[in-house]
Amino acid sequence: MNKVQEVFWKEEASLVEGGATLQKRLASQKRINLYLILWIRPLLQSRWPQFLVRALTLAGFVFTIAAGLFGSRVGSHNFAIIFVWIAWWTALKLAFIPLGGRSWCSVCPIPLPGEWMQQRGILEKGGQRFGLSLRWPKRLKGSWLQSSGFLLIGLFSAVTLTDARVTAWVLLSLFGLAVGLSLVFERRAFCSYICPIGGFTGIYAKTAPVEVRVIDTVICATHSEKTCYQNCPWGLYPLALRDSAQCGLCMECLRSCPKDNIAVNVRPFGSDVGQPHHSSRPDEAILALVMLGSALAFSAVFIGPWGILKSAAFAIGSPAWLLYGLGFLALNLLVMPGAFTLAVWAGQGWSGSKTQLRRAVANQAQVLLPLGLFAWIAFTISFAFPKMNYVLSVLSDPLGWGWNLLGTANTAWSPDVSGFSPILQVAILLVGLFWSASIAHRLAQTTNQPPLRQTLPILAFCLVFSLAMLWLMVG
Amino acid sequence: MRKEWLARIIVIFLVVAAVAIPVGAWWLRSRGIVIHAQMAETGGWMPESLTVEVGQPLHLRLTSDDVMHSFAVGQSNQPPVDVIPGEMTDVTLTFDRPGKYTFYCTRWCSVNHWRMRGTIEVTGPETTAEAVKPPLYVTLGMDIDAEHHAEVIPNQMPSVARGAKLGVSIPTEYQSQEYYLSHSPVELWKALREESSLSRLSDQDLWDLVALTWQSNTTPQDLKQGQQLFGTNCAACHGEAGAGDGVFANDLEQPKTGDHTDMQTGEMTMRPTDFTDPEHLLAASPAHLQGKILRGGMGTGMPYWGPIFTEEQTWALVAYLWTFQFEMEDLP
Repeated sequence: MNKVQEVFWKEEASLVEGGATLQKRLASQKRINLYLILWIRPLLQSRWPQFLVRALTLAGFVFTIAAGLFGSRVGSHNFAIIFVWIAWWTALKLAFIPLGGRSWCSVCPIPLPGEWMQQRGILEKGGQRFGLSLRWPKRLKGSWLQSSGFLLIGLFSAVTLTDARVTAWVLLSLFGLAVGLSLVFERRAFCSYICPIGGFTGIYAKTAPVEVRVIDTVICATHSEKTCYQNCPWGLYPLALRDSAQCGLCMECLRSCPKDNIAVNVRPFGSDVGQPHHSSRPDEAILALVMLGSALAFSAVFIGPWGILKSAAFAIGSPAWLLYGLGFLALNLLVMPGAFTLAVWAGQGWSGSKTQLRRAVANQAQVLLPLGLFAWIAFTISFAFPKMNYVLSVLSDPLGWGWNLLGTANTAWSPDVSGFSPILQVAILLVGLFWSASIAHRLAQTTNQPPLRQTLPILAFCLVFSLAMLWLMVG
Repeated sequence: MRKEWLARIIVIFLVVAAVAIPVGAWWLRSRGIVIHAQMAETGGWMPESLTVEVGQPLHLRLTSDDVMHSFAVGQSNQPPVDVIPGEMTDVTLTFDRPGKYTFYCTRWCSVNHWRMRGTIEVTGPETTAEAVKPPLYVTLGMDIDAEHHAEVIPNQMPSVARGAKLGVSIPTEYQSQEYYLSHSPVELWKALREESSLSRLSDQDLWDLVALTWQSNTTPQDLKQGQQLFGTNCAACHGEAGAGDGVFANDLEQPKTGDHTDMQTGEMTMRPTDFTDPEHLLAASPAHLQGKILRGGMGTGMPYWGPIFTEEQTWALVAYLWTFQFEMEDLP
């Protein structure tokens, strides 16, 4: 079989109708197809590199659970707390998501065992699938469950983030859920609809500079087998991808495409946002708002100066905690959506737009993505950076049992971020704010209404949020 | 298919290794005696009872699961060692006499800090059983729970220096150590007031003489040791200055409503005694104070220190308590 990208793609493409349009499209796109780079190509084509990384993360994941269950209860001396909530959480928000979108999903260990059973193989799939292979219920589609999962983590965050046993049980439950669901439902039901991190990563992946896309839509249209769809563990059809929110970058479509018509593109930041037809799903709007609300709540609990709030968040089951929980849920489910809807409604009214409010809210929610992503980055810098020295010390003593495997158990080095961290945080929040503003502007220009009137109330919402974050983090 | 099997073997090997390392290490560790320290509310010492033979070294590895604690053994000269979260502290103890020893925490780790106690049973050939001497308040038949209240108190703090300047000597019966141990300062003052030979002295002069008499029954070493013991063990509740205002005082004073606080401190607690209150302390005898220290204050939250302090230490502590009422020269 000829590989389009390698030799004959121009010739073959020209055979089908629209070849000229395709060439024009490819020329105009500011994208670099990584799959065309010689030394990257085998790394993506073979399942081995990705598998090996995933096997290692699986071992790390299992070790994390064991360390959480058996190791020291002192958070700063337990691998589970430091690696999950300091190292991985930071890497996810500072590198994996902003630079690679759902790149973590491509090496995440959680689905491996379930998928192995489901497909009766790790690298090579067995003929018959194992399990019930049911379709995911239509009513549960979307990111509603992911938003709920994230809120659940937020309710118990103070304990989950500090108690190694709880962290281990949370990871174990996610693991069990993933395995269980893969035996009942088809494909990656857990990743697509349950995993809170998947939801978090997914919406922000829209801003990331990586995408897997079809090169020539016409080739796909004439290809009746749709091997890419058959092989996609996420149940996606690459031709129909509107954005990168759902794509886990597993590269199975690319490996199975007989026409070599899939590209792994490096693209400009924020390519998926700024068009009105994109992301008009209310569940994604709620998820984006929950992310903003959670960033505020996490900053208030972990960085803010209020001892009462911290104690309330820790005292799970107490009346004070119930009050905190109610406040947390009200902030995420009433205050944030309410304020944002109000802003959109004001913009609509002022500019005389006739778009249905529900649809307008869902559309405008993409403005919140850079804002939220950068708020989380700023939070991570002040929350995790000062604790980075623990990463070295738990590498030497992962269970907190007085070991010193690498000689780094008592490292006193700690990045002193107190000097530049406030400046950095202001800068990061500003970048998020300006990026959000530019998306709002781009969105407004797609309509016939006066752009400023439509965007000003939304920008005011973003500004108030940024100021609140700034106040919580810098004081 | 060979590749598939290789992949499966890799996954299984890595996962087994990831489980085996912590579990194996945990098993190896469980063979030594590791003592975990936690605040009393969440478990205290684990394990809390140990057994060892006389003369056999007892190797302990101490670690804390929450805050900084400290490990000390009662009625021994073993200096306390810090028990640090996530770190191991090695201690080796050797006991030369059989008996039941108490180990305890000397860091003010929580309001129930004093409840962090455990026992070490030292077994061995029974040596000639030493007759256990009952504490003085028992011998004297003293009721240390009875209300005591000074009917008279000095106008200003009695001073040893002023007492010495008077150049008066009090009847010898009041100078003996037996008298000092079994009487309160108020009792001595009243007895002196009755003495016709001292009738020319003012009330305050007599109080200064009481202070002088009390000091003559203590030594600077006692006061120094007492001060150190008080700072380590008592000040958490009674306060550095003895005014009953230590860091845990407010927690102990909470009204008893069966709420959260009761669960933290036990049902019956009250505000710690204020040693700077003359009406209270001047009506107590050294034997009374020693009794309270040894036995604890029932229903007040005051711990019992009998298994922890030596007799000498309790008397040193009592001697130091008087410095909250008397100006003593040799106060370190």
